[in-house]
Amino acid sequence: MSRSINELTEGQDIGSRTIAVTRTDLVKYAGASGDFNPIHWNEAFATGVELPGVIAHGMFTMGAAVQLVTDWAGDPAAVVDYQTRFTKPVLVTDTTGTPEPGATVEVSGAIGKLDAEAGTARIDLTVVAAGQKVLMKAQAVVRLS
Amino acid sequence: MTINPDLQGRSYPAAEVYDVGREKIREFARAVKATHPAHFDVDAAQALGHSDLVAPPTFAIIVAQRADAQLIADPEAGIDFTRVVHADQRFIHHRPIFAGDRLVAELHVDGVRAMGGGAMITTRAEIFALTGDGTDAREAVATTTSSILVRGEGQ
Repeated sequence: MSRSINELTEGQDIGSRTIAVTRTDLVKYAGASGDFNPIHWNEAFATGVELPGVIAHGMFTMGAAVQLVTDWAGDPAAVVDYQTRFTKPVLVTDTTGTPEPGATVEVSGAIGKLDAEAGTARIDLTVVAAGQKVLMKAQAVVRLS
Repeated sequence: MTINPDLQGRSYPAAEVYDVGREKIREFARAVKATHPAHFDVDAAQALGHSDLVAPPTFAIIVAQRADAQLIADPEAGIDFTRVVHADQRFIHHRPIFAGDRLVAELHVDGVRAMGGGAMITTRAEIFALTGDGTDAREAVATTTSSILVRGEGQ
């Protein structure tokens, strides 16, 4: 199931996906992760601490973005190292009761580096919301067969 | 509120055990919009050679943030949780996390530096799986590093 290094080249595109995010998604992530900081679900609280509004957990965005890599790798256990910097918050507007997302996150990935000795590929992710890169140096190292 | 600079170098020993359950892996996987069958279907995970359901790559944040909570709740630290912004995060997996794992985390405060009226704090959680009933034998599972910015007033 896992990828073979022989079939890969640096710079190769691994695909892209669009992640629709709602306030409900943030509540679900809060419950699943145990991170109940109210800046991720309470508008008045968020603006009261000088944020522009409710923002997604950085870890929600990081966790959702890596699914592109997991699916490409064929096995979630193949992701041996994953890191990012959180540079811009993902503002999630309240669209409760409508079919509209509160934010849209665009994820794309490419092979940044192949390490034949280690048997790994580094996937560099580009993660954009509202026209701005929200993650920087988002890199996942995948173990190859 | 000011951040105590003496935090740097401080460690918090492994406290409670975190039991990784299948339903928690499924719940977390849904919450990050993961669809890979190895998170949901034991047969699919075993077909890939795994003992049980495989946790998503960022699942260890649950255990790491529980360890971080010891620091944030430490009155000597001076951290206002509501002014915390996550600045960066890394997961190094020594092996995958599986359903049935019993995990513990040691927290190390690797860096504290003042930024404006706030501070950037870098922590590292060393996560281990207990390997035997009733013994303290353990194997390294993951190393997570995290930087949080505690925003000062007006930041």
